[in-house]
Amino acid sequence: MVVLKRIMLDVLKPHKPDSLEFSQAIARAGEDYRVCLTVIEMDENTETLQLEVEGSSIDFTAIESAITSMGGSLHSIDQVEVQNESDNG
Amino acid sequence: MSLIEQGRLLLSISRTSDIVRRYFVVNGFDGALTMMGMIIGFMISATDDMSVIISACLGAAIALGMSGLSSAYVSEVAERKRELVKLEEAMIADLHQTAHGDAARWVPLWIALVNGASPLFISLLILLPLWLANAGLTLPLAPLYMSIIVALVLIFLLGVLLGQIAGISWLRSGIQTMLVAAITAILIYLLTGF
Repeated sequence: MVVLKRIMLDVLKPHKPDSLEFSQAIARAGEDYRVCLTVIEMDENTETLQLEVEGSSIDFTAIESAITSMGGSLHSIDQVEVQNESDNG
Repeated sequence: MSLIEQGRLLLSISRTSDIVRRYFVVNGFDGALTMMGMIIGFMISATDDMSVIISACLGAAIALGMSGLSSAYVSEVAERKRELVKLEEAMIADLHQTAHGDAARWVPLWIALVNGASPLFISLLILLPLWLANAGLTLPLAPLYMSIIVALVLIFLLGVLLGQIAGISWLRSGIQTMLVAAITAILIYLLTGF
């Protein structure tokens, strides 16, 4: 089975929830998710983020849903790392 | 996410935690001063029918509660809707099904409940000695005096809370609000007592 190990996203979100609350909400979407959030750009009402999520098996739909439920909007998938686990035996 | 965490998030998103706190103090102060004023008025008029005093004060307390509830709800719904539309324009997206949409729906209700419950709850505490006396309990002082003491203690505590919010001396802030209560009492005596 091919699993998603790491994904880097370009996200637009309102100032609230702040970066800490936002990344915590994303981390809650999976049991072993590690989230790294970088604010790239900021304007009066919104901020553009680079969001990197790492995990043993990332559920992309759950991450997308967490982003949307916090008022964010997914602009692009900038980087992915997948692994075919059947190769490992 | 637990219900408390969810509530905290919605208050944070809508930046309304300080509004809720302010409404609690401001309307609680309204309730306490109104009850104190009414009780002083009854003392001046030498009314001794406790059931009349309780009914009049309770009526005013309920009216204060309803006024706080409805006025805050109407104004906060308008305010939250405006904020949501502004954010939707910035995000170029419909945010009704997001935490921002939830905040626009629930936060006005919470603010309205605090705004209405605060004067009602404080008024009921002030009326407690009157109820106890009416139920036949012997109080150390006359019930109207006891109610005024309760009102002054609550007004002092609201001042202390304000002092803590502002980060200034709680004693100074408590005394300031007591001073407002004292000026109110003097004005009532001056304008209705003679």
